[in-house]
Amino acid sequence: MARRVAVTGMGIVSAIGNGIEAFRESLFAGRSGIGPLTAVGEGVVKFPNAAEVRGFDPLAHFEERLAAMLDRFTQFALVTAREAVRDSGLEFDEALRQRTAIVTGSCVGGQTTEDLGFRDYYAQGQSRFHPLTIPKTMANAGASYISMEFGITGPAWTVSTACSSANHAIGQAFWMVRNGQTDLAIAGGSEAPFSPGLLKAWEALRVVSPDTCRPFCRDRKGMILGEGAGALILEPLDAARARGARIYAELVGFGMSADAHHITQPSAAGCARAMAEAIRDAGAAAEAFQYINAHGTGTAANDPTETEAIRLLFAGHADRLAVSSTKSMHGHALGAAGALEAVATVMAVAAQTAPPTANFTEPDPACDLDVVPNRSRTLDIEFALSNSFAFGGLNAVLAFRRIA
Amino acid sequence: MSEELIQRVIRVIATSQRIPAENISLESTFEELKIDSLAGIEILFALESEFDIDIPDEAVHSIKGIRGMVEGVASLLAVKQSAGAPAPSGA
Repeated sequence: MARRVAVTGMGIVSAIGNGIEAFRESLFAGRSGIGPLTAVGEGVVKFPNAAEVRGFDPLAHFEERLAAMLDRFTQFALVTAREAVRDSGLEFDEALRQRTAIVTGSCVGGQTTEDLGFRDYYAQGQSRFHPLTIPKTMANAGASYISMEFGITGPAWTVSTACSSANHAIGQAFWMVRNGQTDLAIAGGSEAPFSPGLLKAWEALRVVSPDTCRPFCRDRKGMILGEGAGALILEPLDAARARGARIYAELVGFGMSADAHHITQPSAAGCARAMAEAIRDAGAAAEAFQYINAHGTGTAANDPTETEAIRLLFAGHADRLAVSSTKSMHGHALGAAGALEAVATVMAVAAQTAPPTANFTEPDPACDLDVVPNRSRTLDIEFALSNSFAFGGLNAVLAFRRIA
Repeated sequence: MSEELIQRVIRVIATSQRIPAENISLESTFEELKIDSLAGIEILFALESEFDIDIPDEAVHSIKGIRGMVEGVASLLAVKQSAGAPAPSGA
């Protein structure tokens, strides 16, 4: 029983807006949320900028007691799930609660909480840890609190595949709804990676830009770390139509692959296979696609490899694709990246507009695609892909379709 | 570029990458030594510790072999010494 799957609700917290209205406005205006890193003191790390979530007051969303029990990444997960459910207009009854899946992605979970505990232990000489350190740190805390919030008792779990986490999560949730294993899914990803310890580890990898994120540009200098969360409500298309729901887009395909190549260097063949699998799963032809929300990290390695992968798969059609990296605006939110970009891609399909690659300066001949520089563009988009290619060579790609 | 500095840089690379020092010469390229960009970052980390210097990120992409690495370390040491910092401790 293969059912068609609709996206009927979305929620988002990001550097370019908390809430879908603010996010949509920034996304199509090409407004970057990259700015001075404030989560840690000046000079802690060499790179001065990040894509931080601003104006997020936990106490505006949670009672003080609950707020203290949630790491920032869990707060983001819960706030976006609430927004997505509200946005969908769904009302849960007991039967639906049992038939709903929750699948979340996170790369590092509650490591900010963990980092604070470790600092107190190793550096401050404190002999005791806060008793909530373990439940706040575990990567599934987001999925667990979403289940408790709505009383959802169906399948719920968390996926951790570095920068592909959210796409793997959304893809598996999509398949469950499509195959009739559940009648609804809340899927997405969340990340809050701005602790001193983790930022120092990123600094050591020498892939973070000293200024901003310029995907596909000749003078790109690396990625910009981001934070945030995104959530999608996935529902059988027929059920959504029957209840008169507003349908943003159809989720039609999910493809995965492993590069089996290198722990940090991407492989064009592996990326191309994940895109090919998503297109095959969608039952569409490659030539039916008009837009790709690229992984587009802005690193030396990713952008030319992703370009090569797109050319490998799409051949001559690659020159007719619009390919943009919205990481130029919301940064690279690691395990949440796929969720932010799924929301961006759904909005692109719904608005028939390709969001831009912001901060664009000059083209790199090794990235010779139409990357929609700096200004969004009205575009006839029937099919779109959203790419995530993780460290470790684990790739996950989603395919969306305009609702007819 | 003193012979002593060359040998010290080679020793750091050999130790970091678990390759025999005699397989490395001043003219070796990273490609010949099968040193990829991730291994290159490890080498920069080891050199920073060895010489108490701060190597800029651009070195990952601009330096392609041992000669470039030794020259880069020599120039950073010269900057450090002219700034009046104490001489690096010997290995």
